[in-house]
Amino acid sequence: MPEAYLPILIFVVVAIVVAIGILLVASLVRSSKYNKVKLQPYECGIETDTDARGRYSVRYYLIGMLFVIFDVETVFMFPWAVIMDELLLFGLIEMLVFLFILVLGYVYAWRKGALEWV
Amino acid sequence: MIDTVFWPLVKIVVLLNAVMVSVTFMTLLERKVIAWAQSRLGPMRVGPYGVLQAIADPIKLILKEDITPAKADKVMFTLAPIMSLVPAFVVFAVIPFGADPFYYVADINVGLLFIVSVTSIGVYGIILAGWASNSKYPLLASLRASAQLISYEIAVTMTLVSLILTAGTLSMVGIVEAQQEAGVWFGFIQPVAFVLVLIGGLAETNRAPFDMPEAEQELTGGFHTEYSGMRFALFFLAEYANMIVISAVIVVLFWGGWLRPFPSVDALAVLDYIPQWCWFFFKMFMVLYLFIWIRATLPRYRYDQLMRIGWKVLIPIAIANVVITAVVKVLL
Repeated sequence: MPEAYLPILIFVVVAIVVAIGILLVASLVRSSKYNKVKLQPYECGIETDTDARGRYSVRYYLIGMLFVIFDVETVFMFPWAVIMDELLLFGLIEMLVFLFILVLGYVYAWRKGALEWV
Repeated sequence: MIDTVFWPLVKIVVLLNAVMVSVTFMTLLERKVIAWAQSRLGPMRVGPYGVLQAIADPIKLILKEDITPAKADKVMFTLAPIMSLVPAFVVFAVIPFGADPFYYVADINVGLLFIVSVTSIGVYGIILAGWASNSKYPLLASLRASAQLISYEIAVTMTLVSLILTAGTLSMVGIVEAQQEAGVWFGFIQPVAFVLVLIGGLAETNRAPFDMPEAEQELTGGFHTEYSGMRFALFFLAEYANMIVISAVIVVLFWGGWLRPFPSVDALAVLDYIPQWCWFFFKMFMVLYLFIWIRATLPRYRYDQLMRIGWKVLIPIAIANVVITAVVKVLL
């Protein structure tokens, strides 16, 4: 039923128009007196001497990768959950096997310390 | 043409206006409730009991100067607040405020999946804001925020699976109808899932006690440190719109949507004279009040504690909840 999605498409367009419209209206009425100091990045009053985009903790990448793995596996469970009424015992065993493998990976990540912060 | 484009358009415009007006009064409510919790008066100067503060704040924000830092990535810097706001708005498309099609914009058969996927897009707005600012505090805060959001998203999505098992459908209207058939709100069948989604919802909207991305004491203003004027207001709008959306989703999933209390007890049929949307907004208000109450009560978590709760407590509970729900469903 693709026509059910038409209102959502309209909604997206309207939301974008509203967001841009708010910015445009504000740009017409606001004051704008800039100077060099005002345009500096905020660093508690100290002048910046290095670029902000330095190196950061590798843990963020690790969390990102774990997220992709677990979230994709969770999405697999959505269709299963919807038709569980028909699958019953077969579906339950299938999903328990799937979840067992998922939990195995989860325990591995835990034991390897991937879930530790600091 | 009139049915497919014009009426949805009217509904959307009314809905978006309602959302934006409620956001401004939401901020007033929040300040008032927190003030009362701390034995203060809160805003009192603008209008009777400070009611007009909700109108004064947006006017002030519109008139404020809007600064783009010299070193910032100009295009991304403007794009980030828009990318943060649009998903927060679009989710309202599938929220049913009543049983009649008049009360919702769209009823798609993958409603819940739509909500999960669209709310995830909001992360891009946050990480873009931090990156485009080219300033140290916003970058750190946006990294923290995105790590937090994606960590809690797994637990929430996993919890939703157990709710889908109970409801047997992904459609938001269908979930409420399933509660009507069951004769009981799913909040009573799935209390663990409700607590998990509530905690996850607090974390996903960056609310206290999980407001790490905006922890003033350590990161100044969080990922929108460099933002001012209306672009800052868009982030603010997005955050509160997200809060309203999450409470609406919680009401639909766990507290019967537009249904009256005890939908199966005929003796209470007199309650049906109260319109369905009144029930919906009353329940939504309760959940929003709960959010503010939690903020006024609990201290902020430390970042490593936050990640530990997400990965080591919520996810195992969510998996166990799915397994137990599935087993119970097969046995019964």
